[in-house]
Amino acid sequence: MVNIIWAMLAVIGIIFAAFNGTMKEVNEAIFATIDDAVMITLTMMGVLIFWLGLMRIAESAGLLQGLTNLFRPVVKKVFPEIPADHPALGYILSNMTANMFGLGNAATPMGLKAMKEMKELDSSGKASRSMITFLAINTSSITLIPTTVIAIRMKYGSVDPTAIIGTTIAATIFSTAAALIIDRYFHWKRTRVRRS
Amino acid sequence: MTLSIWIIPGLILLILLTATYKRVPTYERFVEGGKEGIELAISLLPFLIGMMVSIAVFRASGAMEAIITIFEPVTALIGMPKELLPLAFIRPLSGTAALGMTSELIKTYGPDSFIGNLASTMQGSTDTTFYVITVYFGAVGIKKMGDALKVGLLADLVGIIASIIIVTIVFG
Repeated sequence: MVNIIWAMLAVIGIIFAAFNGTMKEVNEAIFATIDDAVMITLTMMGVLIFWLGLMRIAESAGLLQGLTNLFRPVVKKVFPEIPADHPALGYILSNMTANMFGLGNAATPMGLKAMKEMKELDSSGKASRSMITFLAINTSSITLIPTTVIAIRMKYGSVDPTAIIGTTIAATIFSTAAALIIDRYFHWKRTRVRRS
Repeated sequence: MTLSIWIIPGLILLILLTATYKRVPTYERFVEGGKEGIELAISLLPFLIGMMVSIAVFRASGAMEAIITIFEPVTALIGMPKELLPLAFIRPLSGTAALGMTSELIKTYGPDSFIGNLASTMQGSTDTTFYVITVYFGAVGIKKMGDALKVGLLADLVGIIASIIIVTIVFG
């Protein structure tokens, strides 16, 4: 899917430019953009080094674990099919806290472990209710600090690179809440069909 | 929003005070974790160059302008600037493509413009639905995904609409 979109963007662009007389602009855009991408990566590297360094301290100080415990009662309610002491809950929680702080690299292995544990609970080979809920939360991902976006804003000289933290948190709360509500609705629809 | 400028310094303060109190070797841990950032940024570079060049060709040729103008009546209906349509479309498909597109938009319209702020919020507030679903279900070998994709995409739509409304209230 992405392969086709990627190739088509360039192909359509070049063919369009041939008829539109904008080949000169296309040429300039190619080389200017390569330069831009490198510069953005450098800015991003700085932000990522700082942020991941800080997060390693937070982890060692037990702050991420503390947050995990804080969310446990809420998450238990969201996943009624997982027994309270099951390891799946722990992995789900670690995955959520890591995602929240932009630690995608740490979040994915935790998420995969959570999926494996949930599969143990339901051996039907189909996506279980808990799995769908877990993915719904993950795809709308609660974000607290959008580090890469802040880096890009810095690169292009924003007067206030972090101005969008507030709006991002607000938007992410809406989309996560929506994901949970939509998930519940589909679950309700599924069980209703089964009963009748 | 003046609250935003307090979030990062506040977090740094909280982390450093707690860590020092618990006798964590703060500076050493910082350097250790920071090294991961180098690898992460470098590994993103090929994705960014590939996507950004492709998008730049599409935009510079005039093709993007021609296509999004067709959809203008639809985007005007929900109060979204038409320039953001490609980002809204690609966000659930590919995270790095969306990142490339966000950079392009911020560069073209400026980070503090309405479009810049909205693109930043849209990029930051959701994740790549298709990627997450493919990786997570793929890893445990589940082919029947149930309603997962529907739920994810509908939530993305709500996220986009919420971003537009919130950014309009705060920056509009």
